[in-house]
Amino acid sequence: MSALLIRDLRLAMRAGGGFGLGLAFFLIVVTLVPFGVGPETGLLARIAPGILWLGALLACLLSLDRILALDWEDGSLDLLATSPLPLEGIVTMKALAHWITTGLPLVIASPLFGVLMSLPGAGYGPLVLSLLLGTPALSVIGTFGAALTVGLKRGGLLLSLLVLPLYVPTLIFGAEMARRGAEGADPTTPMLMLAGISAGVIALLPFASAAVLRVNLR
Amino acid sequence: MMPDLGKYAEAVLSSYAVSILLILVLVVLSVRRSRKVKAQLDDIETRRKHHGQG
Amino acid sequence: MNLNALWEYANPLKFMRTTERALPYFAVAAVVCLVTGLVWGFFFTPDDFRQGSTVKIFYIHVPSAMMAINIWVMMLITSLVWIVRRHHVSALAARAAAPIGAVMTVIALATGAIWGQPMWGTWWAWDPRLTSFLILFLFYLGYIALWEAIEDDDTAADLTAVLCLVGSVFAILSRYAVNFWNQGLHQGASLSLDKQENVADVFWYPALVSIAGFVLLFIALVIIRTNTEIRARRMRALLARERLG
Repeated sequence: MSALLIRDLRLAMRAGGGFGLGLAFFLIVVTLVPFGVGPETGLLARIAPGILWLGALLACLLSLDRILALDWEDGSLDLLATSPLPLEGIVTMKALAHWITTGLPLVIASPLFGVLMSLPGAGYGPLVLSLLLGTPALSVIGTFGAALTVGLKRGGLLLSLLVLPLYVPTLIFGAEMARRGAEGADPTTPMLMLAGISAGVIALLPFASAAVLRVNLR
Repeated sequence: MMPDLGKYAEAVLSSYAVSILLILVLVVLSVRRSRKVKAQLDDIETRRKHHGQG
Repeated sequence: MNLNALWEYANPLKFMRTTERALPYFAVAAVVCLVTGLVWGFFFTPDDFRQGSTVKIFYIHVPSAMMAINIWVMMLITSLVWIVRRHHVSALAARAAAPIGAVMTVIALATGAIWGQPMWGTWWAWDPRLTSFLILFLFYLGYIALWEAIEDDDTAADLTAVLCLVGSVFAILSRYAVNFWNQGLHQGASLSLDKQENVADVFWYPALVSIAGFVLLFIALVIIRTNTEIRARRMRALLARERLG
């Protein structure tokens, strides 16, 4: 299983898209927002947690169809499915690889983007923590969406339509936690909810993803 | 006959109109598609009977 | 009734024959109930002392909102039946119900917005219930889009069934998340499932008839649409066989 993870990571590195693209997209979103709403520091500081969370979510979404599509096209997914590894494990590893290539860089870089959005000083800790807790859930839910649409030729748009509603709870609690942190309020309640969602999703959703993938590989 | 709807007449009437319109569209589309598919299937089945058995 | 007898209707032919015999009754009953409920509600009920005549909107708003949720529940049940027992009728019934549910959601949202304009002074507020319904609508859209996108019938049935299951869990999660996110303006369940003391009989009885009308309308439409889907599926199978042979 770890061999699979290392292979996926190496492929993502070699293709170049993985690490860089999500971050670059995140940077562009953060750059564009002040153009849209105006450069006023107070306003930016107020919407910073929400914008940063939305940016992270969209950056995640962009790379979702790459999770399984490449392996599907060259047939290695069929090979993986016939291997002794359980399919549930395979999709978990796929999600983990996706998180390491897109979620983790976003978490690490988010303080920098916080500066660009003039996030108040108290907000950095909760923001990073909320992204750290929330982005794994985004990757796992995204893998489910990718497994649903893997056989389709034009799955990209459909994938967004399917996955975005599923992102609602994660986004609400994540952004709420970051917002409360930025306003100096106590972020514990949304933090616990967010952690609960992530834990539940990581524990249960791979079974659904694997079931769906099995149907698609039939 | 028409009840006095007061100052909210527009709101009440438009919500009735919108809802009834949407329901009618749904019913009409469902029935039309039902007829079409039924006719097509009958078509195919009679064709199969003619050509079939061999 | 013997519960096992219910499974006989899993046979598409038997299902079609029986439902098509029952369809006229449901259709007539639906029309009668809807007309009675709405005419009664529209012409023969007094205005509410606080909400004026806008209270009449609720004879549409409440039943459609109830149906929007109940149709999703029905889809969830039929999806489960498909996953467990592999009856095509069940999967196709879920497919047939989804657009009806989407339309009901739109009606609930539209009448809610029209009602909110004079009452809350705004067409749209990010009130938890409104927001949840918008999210529910997105779920319906995704579900319908997935059905349309996949060519193979059985694959589509399997995938949408799993999506319906997962979506149900997330819809409930979203409901609570949205509640947490914004406490909202919506009044409590003043006119929902069970009769409460704050709803007078004059408002309650026409609403009840109207709710019955919406349920009957849904049943009639689901019969029509499910049978259409059964025929369409058979047609695709026949055409595929012709192409092969």
